[in-house]
Order: sequence, then C-alpha cells, then structure tokens
Amino acid sequence: MRKQASVVITVIFFLSLTFAFYQISSSYNYMENKYDYTNPINESSANESVPQHYIKDTKNETGAINVVTAIVVEYRGFDTLGEVTVLFTAATGVGFLLYNLYSRKKNKREANLILREGSKIVLPFALLTGAYIFIHGHLTPGGGFPGGSVIASGFLLMMLSYPKFFMNEKRLSVLESLAGITFVLIGLFGLIFATYFLQNYLNLGNVGYLISAGIIPLIYIAVGFKVGSELASVIQNLKEVQE
Amino acid sequence: MIEFTIIAWVMSFLAIASALYAIKTKDLLSAAISMGIASLVVSIMFLLLQAPDVAITEASIGAGLTMAVFIYAIGKTERWEE
Repeated sequence: MRKQASVVITVIFFLSLTFAFYQISSSYNYMENKYDYTNPINESSANESVPQHYIKDTKNETGAINVVTAIVVEYRGFDTLGEVTVLFTAATGVGFLLYNLYSRKKNKREANLILREGSKIVLPFALLTGAYIFIHGHLTPGGGFPGGSVIASGFLLMMLSYPKFFMNEKRLSVLESLAGITFVLIGLFGLIFATYFLQNYLNLGNVGYLISAGIIPLIYIAVGFKVGSELASVIQNLKEVQE
Repeated sequence: MIEFTIIAWVMSFLAIASALYAIKTKDLLSAAISMGIASLVVSIMFLLLQAPDVAITEASIGAGLTMAVFIYAIGKTERWEE
C-alpha cells in the first residue's frame, strides 16, 4: 500500500515538474512575441553587458531604486523562493530535533539590572528598525533577510535578559507558514493574471515613493516576517535545551 | 581618504587578531565572543566598502544570532577545552 502510494506521489510530482517546465518554455516564446524585447544580436545594444543593463534599466523595468533588491526579488525571484525554502527546512529540522526535549519550567538565574532595563528601551527600536528595513527594501539598502534577522536579534535580547520570556511556538509557525504562502500566492497570481511566475503585474507607480515597484515590497514584507519568525523560533528552541 | 586607510588598517588588524585569539584560546566562551567581535569588525569593513545591506546582515546574524547559538551550545556542554 505504501509502495503504491509513493509511486503515485512520484508520478504526480514528475508530471507537475514536466508541466512547469513546459509552461516556462511556452511562456518564453509567448513573451518574446508579446513584449518585443530588443534582440541583442541585431540592435546596437549588443555590447551591453548584464551589469550595465541592470544599472541602466532597473528603474524603468521594475520601479525599484535599490538595484540589489530588484535583482533579488524581481529578476531572480525564483532563487529567493528557494532560499526561503532552505531556511524553512533548517528551522523545521531544528524544531523537530529540539522541541520540548526538556521542560521549560526551571529556576533560572536572573540577568542583571542594566541588561533588564536596557533591553526594555532597546527592543522597540530594534523591532522598528527591522520593520523599516524590510518595508523600505525597494528604496534603501537592506531587505527581507536583514530586517528579519534584526527583529530576531531583538527577541534574542529579550530572551537573554528575561529567562522566563517565551514565544508561542504555534503562533510563530502559523505566522511563518502564512508568510510563505503569501510569497507563493503572489507568484501564482503572476502566473494567472499575467504571463509567468512571479511577474510584476501590479502598477509600478512613481519611482522613489513608498508605494511603488508593484509586488517587490509585498514580497519583501512576507520574507521579513518569515525570516524573523524562523530565526526567533530556532533561537528559542536552542535556548530551551540549554538546561 | 587617509581616515579611510587608517580605519581599514585598524579594522583588519582587529579582525585577524580576534580570529587568531579564537583559535588559540582554551576558553570556548571567550572564543565565541571573539568570533562575534571579528564579525562585528568585518561588518564595519563592509560598511566602509559601500555594501550597507551586507553590513546589516553580518552585524545581526554574525555578531548576534550565531554568537548566541554558540553560547547556548557551550552552556549545554563544557566551557573549557582540554
């Protein structure tokens, strides 16, 4: 029974992969006809290399000022999805190995006064900085991964200064999964409403404003929530094992 | 430009010195902390070399979270190397 089920799952997996590759190749031809990209062999821009193209045309093509963000989310968006999946797998593995291995009700030593009172002051600023970094990912340096890690380090500070501080694992995992589903759904909407997966189908808006660049800020907000909750849950799992 | 050179020399010296100390010392806790100092210094170098996004990531992950993971692992095992 299990063998048959695994065979069926494998066949479905390969069929969906085949369909995906077919879709990619067919949409590529369709795209060439529709948008009339400049052919690099015939045009005068033949000598233009890829970095020059990124520096020159990123603003018009994606609406983002930060070229790194435009490359990470727009041109190489599928790579970013893979990166997020790698991080998700690592966090799941840590949680699977270490969750609830030891009881969390133990008498722990309190941190000293300076750390306790200072962390109360620093925590809101750490959270605000992280949120700023990933919301303004298309305008200023940074993005989802740095913002999420700044938020996670803010929670690490709370864990260091208050030994009884702990976050609800179920809420963290729900937040993480919702953020990941949001990322995939934005990409699938691109496939449905436009041509290909993760296409920037929204209005680009005024370049340089907060609400601009189509799906780039939405994706980076999802990535920021996902990375922050994953790293925080990893740190919390490691902390609980400490005793 | 001379300030940039001086800061870069000081930062590279600090990075190499703290990394060597982390290798040489028998105290694993201070080794972990000196690795955190090394990544903080490297993040300042990234900032000087005009890569602010990498600097943010290095400062929060390398100096914050990785050091915490090391310190929790040391708390679970032993502090002194044999």
